[in-house]
Amino acid sequence: MINHTLGENMKFNKKITNLLIIALSTLALSACSTGKKSGVGSGDVYTGTATVEYLASGVKDRVFFATNSSSLTTASRDTLRKQANYLRKNKDLNVVLEGHADERGTREYNLALGEKRANSAKDYLMTYGISGKRVSVISYGKEKPVNSASTPLAWSQNRRSVTIKAK
Amino acid sequence: MKKLIYTCVVLFFKFNVAYSLIEVDITRGNLDPLPIAVSPLHVDIQSENYKDVKVKELGELISSVIEKNFKSTGLFNPLDKNAFVQKPDIAHLKPRFEDWRLITAQALVTGKILIKDNKLKVEFRLWDLAASQEMVALAFTTTPSNWRRVAHIISDKIYERLTGETGYFDTRIIYVSETGPRTQRVKKLAIMDQDGANTKYLTLGNELVLTPRFNPANQLVTYMSYFRNLPRVYLLDIETGIQEVVGNFPGMTFAPRFSPDGKKIIMSFAKDGNSDIYTMNLESRLVERITEDSSIDTSPSFSPDGKYICFNSDRSGLQQIYTMKSDGTGTKRISFGNGIYGTPVWSPRGDLIAFTKMRAGKFYIGVMRSDGTGERLLTENYYQEAPSWSPNGRLLVFYRETKTNKDGEGFSAKLWSIDITGYNERELKTETDASDPSWSSLLSK
Repeated sequence: MINHTLGENMKFNKKITNLLIIALSTLALSACSTGKKSGVGSGDVYTGTATVEYLASGVKDRVFFATNSSSLTTASRDTLRKQANYLRKNKDLNVVLEGHADERGTREYNLALGEKRANSAKDYLMTYGISGKRVSVISYGKEKPVNSASTPLAWSQNRRSVTIKAK
Repeated sequence: MKKLIYTCVVLFFKFNVAYSLIEVDITRGNLDPLPIAVSPLHVDIQSENYKDVKVKELGELISSVIEKNFKSTGLFNPLDKNAFVQKPDIAHLKPRFEDWRLITAQALVTGKILIKDNKLKVEFRLWDLAASQEMVALAFTTTPSNWRRVAHIISDKIYERLTGETGYFDTRIIYVSETGPRTQRVKKLAIMDQDGANTKYLTLGNELVLTPRFNPANQLVTYMSYFRNLPRVYLLDIETGIQEVVGNFPGMTFAPRFSPDGKKIIMSFAKDGNSDIYTMNLESRLVERITEDSSIDTSPSFSPDGKYICFNSDRSGLQQIYTMKSDGTGTKRISFGNGIYGTPVWSPRGDLIAFTKMRAGKFYIGVMRSDGTGERLLTENYYQEAPSWSPNGRLLVFYRETKTNKDGEGFSAKLWSIDITGYNERELKTETDASDPSWSSLLSK
């Protein structure tokens, strides 16, 4: 049995952690707004292509997210703009956005998080002129990992929104 | 489904006694389990055969189930039958107390059974060996194929008499059975007796199913299914197999639970990236929105009096536990420890909220008071979550997943239970991998 009591030190630590989080997010925000960063997103977002498939030549099917986040990175926005472009040229095509989370969260929260991630992607497609009627969203939470390893790399590959052509 | 017809006839019930009778202190865990002798029930020689019930062995079988129940609590130490000093029928009439005391037993269970006219008649007694007297004597009648439930009901009565708490043996656990590789997991609803017997599969595995939860008032179940790729909350009658979607929501509904009276389902509904909490009255079909916040609000659970709801929200940034009145007013954050918190679930006693906590790469199952004070972490592991209370509020059942290697191998998901004292952590054996357990209320109330 583990007894855990919350002491003053911990409260103090928590304050520091909060301050750090604020400081880090400020940094991340400024990085985004200046647009200096390219390719690598903030935090632990996957930037590789090992699991990526393509809707068409040069159009990646998925975007990746940081832990506990549904924010789109610069690279994700780039991917989604290309998807929007592709969808504009193929007006009969509808898509399903599948939102996913990694294994390091509780099931129910991850279902909500997957839905939030897929909707982030959907909103971005819509700002690039794609009708919301053409885009449906489904969340699988942590239920459908692409990589079943318990490693930070696998988790980063699993935190994703995948655009699938609707049948 | 077989309905248990059981009439409970109280032969004797001695209430107050001058002697101090044996009692088991369950607040301390298994430091000193009570030595108990469970004599095989005597099978009356007039017993008739019944279908495939092994009549001659039934007395042994029932006593084994009782022993296994007692052993699983960590509070009792069932003694080896080889050391028993009296024949079952004689001991049941009147034990020679001093002989049983010799084998260090402090309590003795005796009984006899008779199968006649397709009915199973059971009689049992619990004896206090130190005070040399009878503590409980009960008799009841049921159909012979219900013999396991007979064993569980006897176990409950003895547990209640010795601990002063309601028993939890005559109960079932519903869970999600898992098979296949992790990237293509097949999940089915499954149900078993609390001791792992009588496993039945309730869905075929054609669609993903998650988070089954028992109605505390009866044997209905609510769960989430991806039937036709539409993730929605469903209601399932496990007696008839009839299921229906709950409400008519234009998006994903998930994280369902019943209200304590069983009349409402509380759940999350996700729309446009925002999950909020809703209830639906199962009779009037009236849907009410309970939370309205731009953050994720999920995992709602009613207090046993139905007046409050605890839930999980990331409105402060990361997942924390909140409580509110059942109309959605008076929201208070109650989790303030280091780390993030999920899956709050209110104890059937009302005093505690169980939760999952995530901190520094570890997952903990813990309990806190409903105002957030008195946080105690009971168990730590790589991944475990989704605690569900035993109906008496003494134990939690949850699931635990193992860490895989670089190639993604070595995954398993198993059910575990732990006493809220933090003692007696044990695996509940299931036929397949398993997750999302939910404990039923007592079948015979």
